[in-house]
Amino acid sequence: MLFLLAAEGGESDHNPIIPIWQEIVVGTVAFAVLCFVLMKFVFPRMEQTFQARVDAIEGGIKRAEAAQAEANQLLEQYRAQLAEARTDAAKIRDDARADAEGIRQDILAKAREESDRVIQAGKDALAAERATIVRELRAEVGTIAVDLASKIVGESLADEARRKGTVDRFLSGLESTGAR
Amino acid sequence: MFGQANVLAAGQAAFPPSVDDFYLPAIVPWGVENAPWFTKFTLMIWVAVGFLIIFFLATYRNPKLVPTKKQWFAESIYGFVRNNISVDMIGHQGVRFAPYFTTLFCFVLVTNAFAIIPLFQISPNSHIAFPAILAVISYVLFNYIGIRHHGFGKYFKHALIPPAPWYILPLLIPIEAFSTFIIRPFSLAVRLFANMFAGHMLLLVFTLGGFAMLNANAWLAPISVVSWVMTVALTLLEALVIVLQAYVFTVLSASYIQGALAEEH
Repeated sequence: MLFLLAAEGGESDHNPIIPIWQEIVVGTVAFAVLCFVLMKFVFPRMEQTFQARVDAIEGGIKRAEAAQAEANQLLEQYRAQLAEARTDAAKIRDDARADAEGIRQDILAKAREESDRVIQAGKDALAAERATIVRELRAEVGTIAVDLASKIVGESLADEARRKGTVDRFLSGLESTGAR
Repeated sequence: MFGQANVLAAGQAAFPPSVDDFYLPAIVPWGVENAPWFTKFTLMIWVAVGFLIIFFLATYRNPKLVPTKKQWFAESIYGFVRNNISVDMIGHQGVRFAPYFTTLFCFVLVTNAFAIIPLFQISPNSHIAFPAILAVISYVLFNYIGIRHHGFGKYFKHALIPPAPWYILPLLIPIEAFSTFIIRPFSLAVRLFANMFAGHMLLLVFTLGGFAMLNANAWLAPISVVSWVMTVALTLLEALVIVLQAYVFTVLSASYIQGALAEEH
């Protein structure tokens, strides 16, 4: 340093390697002010902003993940419900089919019963009618036969016939031969 | 401040430029020699400090999660120093030092930038006082952090005794002591000062050289033009040096702190 001083000394009053103390004072104060303001009011707030930004992004990701999980869960739930509904529907269809079959069977049975009943009633009425007709015919045939015989014989046989039951006996004989 | 321009216009500039060209008369009181309290240099320091404070307070007055363009710009300066210098050099502990390094980086960058800003056109860092302050702060900082981290004895043992065979230690310990505790602050200060000093000197040589040739002989005018073209080219080179020296100063400070915090060599 002394060498430098000596070398420069001849040409100039100033030595560039020796600091000027006034400038050291000014520079120190100015730089201290700068450090104070920036390191207290600016950069810590930048750190905070960076942190807030990280939190915001991570929070966003977390929220998205939660929403995704919820959506998946809902989807599963809906799928389960859908499957359940499908089984229910199949069961209802089966039940309905079974019911329909039952009802058809019922209706058929009732119809058959009804038709049997109608047929039976018809048969009964027919039998009754026949019996009535037979009875009337029998009486009429008896009378006609007696009348006819009376005309042939020339006398009234009516009282006789009635008394002795001839006509009835004859008719019974006819009937039994007819039945045989 | 415009004294030199007047000298140039009057064609009275002395050639070659000397160290005296770096010592300008005071602004207050006007024109007095050797009154360094208020000169172009101290004025530029205050302008740089004022500019940086206003810039950062204005851009970061109302920070938003989704930044505006200005806020993004201020954040990317801090983010660059924080991630690419502090964290890269020191590791996750480096975040603690990021505010100081960013302040240091911005201050050196802006004061250097005066070297090529019209009307200023000289960097305050071409006076060694300002780089020296910054170097002393870095020096005190890395020693303080090392002592606090390791304890006094362990820090010096750690810093001075490299893992080497015992018989080489008598040679290594003085070298380590010299390089760590004496050379480091000087190299920091002188590197920045010499770069800015030499840059300004080069620009002076080519600018004044052009005038000197023109004044000596009108036939030399074409060479004067070449000289001034060189000034423009060197100004671009100076722009590179400005950014590089700000970066280097910050990276070296970070590397010293990293060394002080390191557990092993």
